[in-house]
Amino acid sequence: MTGQMKNWEVVIGLETHAQLSTSSKIFSGASTAFGAAPNSHASAVDLALPGVLPVANRAAVDKAIRFGLAVNGNVADNINRRSVFARKNYFYPDLPKGYQISQLDLPIVKGGSITIITSSGEKTVRLTRAHLEEDAGKSLHEDFHGMSGIDLNRAGTPLLEIVSEPDMCSSEEAVAYAKALHGLVRWIDICDGNMQEGSFRCDANVSVRRPGDPLGTRREIKNLNSFRFLQQAIDYEVRWQIETLEDGGRIQQATVLFDPDTGETRSMRSKEDAHDYRYFPDPDLLPLCVGEDWIGAASKQLAEVGTPGMRKELYVAQFGLTDYDAALLTQSRETAAYFDVVVGAVGAASVKLCANWVTGELAGALNRAGLDIAQSPLPAARLAALVTRVVDGTLSSKLAKEVFEAAWNGEGEPDAIIEKRGLKQISDGGEIEKLVDDVLAGNAKQVEDYRAGKDKAFNSLVGQVMKASRGKANPAQVNEILKKKLGG
Amino acid sequence: MFNSSLKELTAALAARKISSVELTGLFLDRVEKRNGDLNAFITVDRERSLMQARAADSLIASGKAQPLTGIPVAHKDIFCAQGWLTTCGSKMLSNFVSPYDAHVISRFNDAGAVILGKTNMDEFAMGSSNETSFYGPVKNPWDRTRVPGGSSGGSAAAVAARMAPVATATDTGGSIRQPAALTGLTGLKPTYGLVSRYGMIAFASSLDQGGVLSRSAEDAAAVLNVMAGFDARDSTSIERPAEDYARDLDAPLAGLRIGVVKEHFGDGLAAGVGAAVQAALEQFRKLGATLIDISTPNSGLAVPAYYVIAPAEASSNLSRFDGVRYGYRAPEYRDLADLYSKTRAQGFGAEVKRRILIGAYVLSHGYYDAYYLKAQKIRRLIANDFAQAFTQCDVVVGPTSPTVAFPLGAKASDPVQMYLNDIYTIPANLAGLPGMSVPCGFADDGNGGSLPVGLHMVGNYFAEAKMLNVAHQYQRATDWHLRKPEGI
Amino acid sequence: MSLSVDEVKKIAHLARIEISEAEALATRQQLNDIFALIGQMQAVNTEGIEPMSHAQDLMLRLRDDVVTEQDQHALFQSIAPQVEGGLYLVPRVIE
Repeated sequence: MTGQMKNWEVVIGLETHAQLSTSSKIFSGASTAFGAAPNSHASAVDLALPGVLPVANRAAVDKAIRFGLAVNGNVADNINRRSVFARKNYFYPDLPKGYQISQLDLPIVKGGSITIITSSGEKTVRLTRAHLEEDAGKSLHEDFHGMSGIDLNRAGTPLLEIVSEPDMCSSEEAVAYAKALHGLVRWIDICDGNMQEGSFRCDANVSVRRPGDPLGTRREIKNLNSFRFLQQAIDYEVRWQIETLEDGGRIQQATVLFDPDTGETRSMRSKEDAHDYRYFPDPDLLPLCVGEDWIGAASKQLAEVGTPGMRKELYVAQFGLTDYDAALLTQSRETAAYFDVVVGAVGAASVKLCANWVTGELAGALNRAGLDIAQSPLPAARLAALVTRVVDGTLSSKLAKEVFEAAWNGEGEPDAIIEKRGLKQISDGGEIEKLVDDVLAGNAKQVEDYRAGKDKAFNSLVGQVMKASRGKANPAQVNEILKKKLGG
Repeated sequence: MFNSSLKELTAALAARKISSVELTGLFLDRVEKRNGDLNAFITVDRERSLMQARAADSLIASGKAQPLTGIPVAHKDIFCAQGWLTTCGSKMLSNFVSPYDAHVISRFNDAGAVILGKTNMDEFAMGSSNETSFYGPVKNPWDRTRVPGGSSGGSAAAVAARMAPVATATDTGGSIRQPAALTGLTGLKPTYGLVSRYGMIAFASSLDQGGVLSRSAEDAAAVLNVMAGFDARDSTSIERPAEDYARDLDAPLAGLRIGVVKEHFGDGLAAGVGAAVQAALEQFRKLGATLIDISTPNSGLAVPAYYVIAPAEASSNLSRFDGVRYGYRAPEYRDLADLYSKTRAQGFGAEVKRRILIGAYVLSHGYYDAYYLKAQKIRRLIANDFAQAFTQCDVVVGPTSPTVAFPLGAKASDPVQMYLNDIYTIPANLAGLPGMSVPCGFADDGNGGSLPVGLHMVGNYFAEAKMLNVAHQYQRATDWHLRKPEGI
Repeated sequence: MSLSVDEVKKIAHLARIEISEAEALATRQQLNDIFALIGQMQAVNTEGIEPMSHAQDLMLRLRDDVVTEQDQHALFQSIAPQVEGGLYLVPRVIE
């Protein structure tokens, strides 16, 4: 954070669109499969042919309920038993009806929260609401004789729009929130989370203010479909807003797009019109009523599937892990599953070590490579084999890192690497004693210094022994034997 | 043959006195002869109709005939029929050949009925005189200088002129019942949700309901037996066991309690119309019914509330007509916004545009509560009035329309006067109740002639069989429904 | 209440209907007549009345999550004003 920014507070709220992973669309029986030939999944209803009508998909509602329970500790007081589909009216070629079916006054989910972790610790981000709506189609801007092409395959795909309170105050927190949400929706199996395909995308509402001032005017950055873009876009937007205000300018409420090529945000021309969406309850769709039996079943199902939060609590209670470590290990279902395999193989007695390897070395390597844990070149069983060798004393932590590197690079099983590279730690007392004897014989001066009370000389001798062993001698044993010989 | 009831036609077909091909051909000849004058049909397609008639004949030959098999039925051009031009009376859909069948059309097809043609109507069903059709006004067979009523004026004229044995129609504020009254027919608008709206081009979704224009209550019952039925593709379609709407036709009326709304006999009701309705009430008394004075204090607010709710829904429903996926597209435009606004300015007629503007306005920011929400509350009050009335009586009876058919052009330039035509019919749509109009005499047309008068009846939810019984008993005692226009 | 010509133009724009100055003027008069009729609603007190947005007091029926629709884009696009490569064409969309 620059010095200039110190005098400003940043306020961020996120609106996230998660595509619900149903087979058919929210209001039609057309397939939601991604990547089909243009308009081959656009049914009469999706095309808004004259006379067609929407019929709502039970699975989309079920997933929305599951989400609501998951962000509220599996307590159903944030599920509206009666919610209402409304029409949001505007003209756009990817919106065939000229209105989007959404929810306004009575969304299916109200409230709840998401816990995030950042470098400064844990934080709770409150959710305002989550509502069901349909996705729009896509405008393709390749040149069709100066025209755009409209593909309505995506039109009608179910979305859960998850709206947070403006509880975040940095791009780091916004990204942590988005990641936590991403992990959650995938964990509870309501969204595939595929950001490249647009299954999970964020709009960020950003404003800045002087501490103590009322909220500043916000600008909304639309359609951020990667965590990196989310961070870059917010960082740029915050800098831009602060500079604008410090130059005496004013912020106008606007909808902006982030351009990944320039790293800048710009106003959307199509949104310049002041919008008046003329929302009203959709007369084609009666109130959506959710009974207690349905909620009970959804709650039971959620208890089986679990949530990152539930798993985190388990890790803390069962393994005595810190909140921070447990939170890191439950960022995604895959991370937790990976960790479970490692702990299962290494043993619960070494759970801390396992956690450190997963959240430290492995997470760092994945991050550098830009990979998800599911794409890790190092499967959990191999990391477990490596950690086992640390536990049984075969590897020093330094050597373990070398083995990790090799295993990451595809050199095979850790034991084979240890064997091949001769990295096994020397823990044989006789062998170490021989090395110590050689060093003592060749360093009479240091021995003398040590005996004269210079402690530093001891460290130097340890270093000499380790060097002689090419790093493989067990440091604890070296210490012990050296002390014995010098003292003797 | 042209004056035969459906029962008689079915018997003739079953006895092989006539084939469906012959019967359909006779009616098609008649349409050909009279349509130039009356303009009741927008589309006839002899080959397509005869193909269905041939299929019907083989069904009859193989003993698989159902009621209505082989009977030619005219359909309001609001019902999508696959392969048929389906215009909804608008330039906007003047090139729209429907790629699918409305549920109603499927029901008739499944019954082996023959599509005789598509009838003229007010554009998008917005009108009470059939003068807003892109295809020109329909003329009243009783007096060709006068309107047949609307919006189902084409269906009414077709049946009144014996160009079709029976026709389908739709009713949003009186569009079945008012034309029935003005052309001396029996018109039935069922309970909202009884007939599927799937494939019935939407005007005001929470008010629209498909129904029948026929020459007798007995015919209407036979047609409703085919039309009505649950449809999973319409979320407002009501799931209930199938019933035979003809089951109670012959029940005596002794003990029937008829509610007479005193508010419906006040200012604005033409004297001759009032007298005919009073005479009908006397007839019911003779049939053993009891007349009970009731009050529906809020019915005076029905027209104002309707002209908020219906345009609001219509403005949204008609947004899909944008020149992108089907229908009319303006030949010249500068850009996307221009394509929209020119297509819609050229594709819609004046009345449709007027209602879209009213609708957009009442839903717009700052006006929603004062107009839309207020209208919805009044709608509730009106429904409550009826609920109260039905604790005292079985049906509510009064005039269908305040006047007999008025001259073409008489009200075309004064929307408010036109809207007041539906003052007696609109409350049933707001409440979702079934309504019916039955010929009950003639009244002075102010020009030396006399024209048909309709008796309006509203029943409780799902009381269609009861209403048809009441109408049938009345028609057994009177012959108003057997009168036909001169020269027909 | 009374609409101004500018308001008429504004709602015509909201509804994407091109309107000339003369049309806006004529429309304004008609709309004001209609709003005089609509205005009668204000005479009745509706405090505490539940708004009624549907003709039935029923709840939404839901369908099972099953793909029932086949690819019919050739049929559907046979009635489209302008298509290419399976896409509907419109004047360039600017975001």
